[in-house]
Amino acid sequence: MALIEAAGVHVRFGDRVVLESIDLAVPEGEFHGLMGPNGAGKTTFFNVLTGRVKPSRGKVRLDGKDVTGLSSHRIAAHGVARSFQIMTLFDEFSARENVTVGLPAFRARGFDMRHAAASDPGFAESALEILATVGLADKADVRAKDLSYGDRRALEIAVALAQSPRVLCLDEPTSGLGSDGVQRLAALVGRLKGKLTIVAIEHDMEFLFALADRISVIHWGQVVARGTPQELQQNEWVRRSNLGRFA
Amino acid sequence: MTITPPPSSDATRLVTPAMLVLWLVLATVPLWIAKVGLYPYLGIEILIWSLYALAFNLVLGTAGLPSFGHGAYFGIGAYAFGLCQFNVVANLWVCLVAAFAVAGLAGALVALFISHRRGIYYAFMTIAFGQIFWTLAIKSHGITGGEDGLLKIARLPADFGVASFNLNDNVAFYYFVLVLFALAVMAMWRLTHSPYGRVVAAIKQSETRAAHLGYNVWIYKASIFTLSAAISGLAGGLFAMAQLAAFPDVMSLHQSGYVVMMTLVGGGLVSFWGPVVGVFVFLIARDVIGALTNAWMLYFGLLFIAIVLFRPEGIAGAVSAAFQKHSLIRRQGNSAMRLLFGGERWR
Repeated sequence: MALIEAAGVHVRFGDRVVLESIDLAVPEGEFHGLMGPNGAGKTTFFNVLTGRVKPSRGKVRLDGKDVTGLSSHRIAAHGVARSFQIMTLFDEFSARENVTVGLPAFRARGFDMRHAAASDPGFAESALEILATVGLADKADVRAKDLSYGDRRALEIAVALAQSPRVLCLDEPTSGLGSDGVQRLAALVGRLKGKLTIVAIEHDMEFLFALADRISVIHWGQVVARGTPQELQQNEWVRRSNLGRFA
Repeated sequence: MTITPPPSSDATRLVTPAMLVLWLVLATVPLWIAKVGLYPYLGIEILIWSLYALAFNLVLGTAGLPSFGHGAYFGIGAYAFGLCQFNVVANLWVCLVAAFAVAGLAGALVALFISHRRGIYYAFMTIAFGQIFWTLAIKSHGITGGEDGLLKIARLPADFGVASFNLNDNVAFYYFVLVLFALAVMAMWRLTHSPYGRVVAAIKQSETRAAHLGYNVWIYKASIFTLSAAISGLAGGLFAMAQLAAFPDVMSLHQSGYVVMMTLVGGGLVSFWGPVVGVFVFLIARDVIGALTNAWMLYFGLLFIAIVLFRPEGIAGAVSAAFQKHSLIRRQGNSAMRLLFGGERWR
């Protein structure tokens, strides 16, 4: 059974239909890539999966449970984490504190007003471990806004990982990175592959085709092609469109 | 690359060295304030407004929510204190709790309507609700005394069971307010450094991210506003005691603006102590410049403009930036600065 599943998701803003009808079923452990031209509705689809946008029709199920239309904090608490294409970090916090706030153990104490957050070394240690997995252990005390662009991209993922999510949604993780940065990020995401269920929007075809188990091509608000990277390279639609450049 | 120092141990303390120094200095105020040409009542005013400004800054500084009608809760606290004393029971503790609780209730009611908003919409809603409470205070002549105010509020004795203290004397009342101020500062310091406080600070930086990390942003915004309103109400109750009356003018828009000015001038956006610095500067300027000219607000307004233009981080921010610049002074002065302004984590 699919861990995260969308069935007939339809989104309209006013009289503009953004998503026609999208079906997607990602089994546990799969790395599923989403690609398509700008404005195809990929990010809107992500927003539906993570509770930012309520679909006009259709269902989202997590592990068989209907989570359609739940607010984002509820869906996050169910184990769906996301990173953002436009970086969304706590800029004044250190890298460590960005990650700390993401820890479920910290969230469980979110209404604790009586104890100092810094008096619990467990938070700092867990945060440091997660920072180490993205290669930021030595920059734990640097403020997020003072980190380099590439480090901020890594921190984006670290904050999502802090949630110990069941599903990780990455929205253009390589956006704005140079080729070195993309390689570094590919290595990082490659290490996560298999351990987590990942849905990733990505424009970088090399990145996606190297890592994804399956890829869905979204265009005009619907899935126009789907398959393994090998299958997609043979797909007529992909070959004919500009999206086939990588082949 | 700026490296922030490891979280200072101040964050985990209930009482920091800065607090001790401040309290000790404040404890000596009645001994010398008359000698420098001021008067003990000014000390009381400074403490009460400091408490109010610190409470206000939970919303403005910690949560980043622009509330421009906060005078409403200060005023509601003052009326609640007086009305409790006249109609319920003339007990100091009960009436102070009433000031805290009624203002908190009013804050919670407003929070219900505004907590899904942010930025300019939030600001306008807080002004609108502030004006509603102000109008109610003026128009409900039978309850609040209208524009004449609620008069003859007594400074009830502080009864501890074994001993009871008469607070009618300004010096005795000053020390009573100082004790409450010290307790409230400890509570607010701890609050801002607790997991709850850090989540609120995170929400200030990105509501979106916080929501996707599983935090119910609405509840946090509503609760910090309610808490801030309640503590403002406690300050208002003390103000009613200080003035022996409660007047609607503290609830007006321009008086609500004062606490914003004090907080911004002092540097509440960057420092826990900023609001206190601002209150000192504002009230002392009012008395010192006000003794020379009726137009003291003109000069304070010019100072405010200058600060917003050139030092938007306020006095606390400017002072600590100056120390940062002079690394030599910094080496010796850093601990003193942290003592005064609560350390780097507030910058």
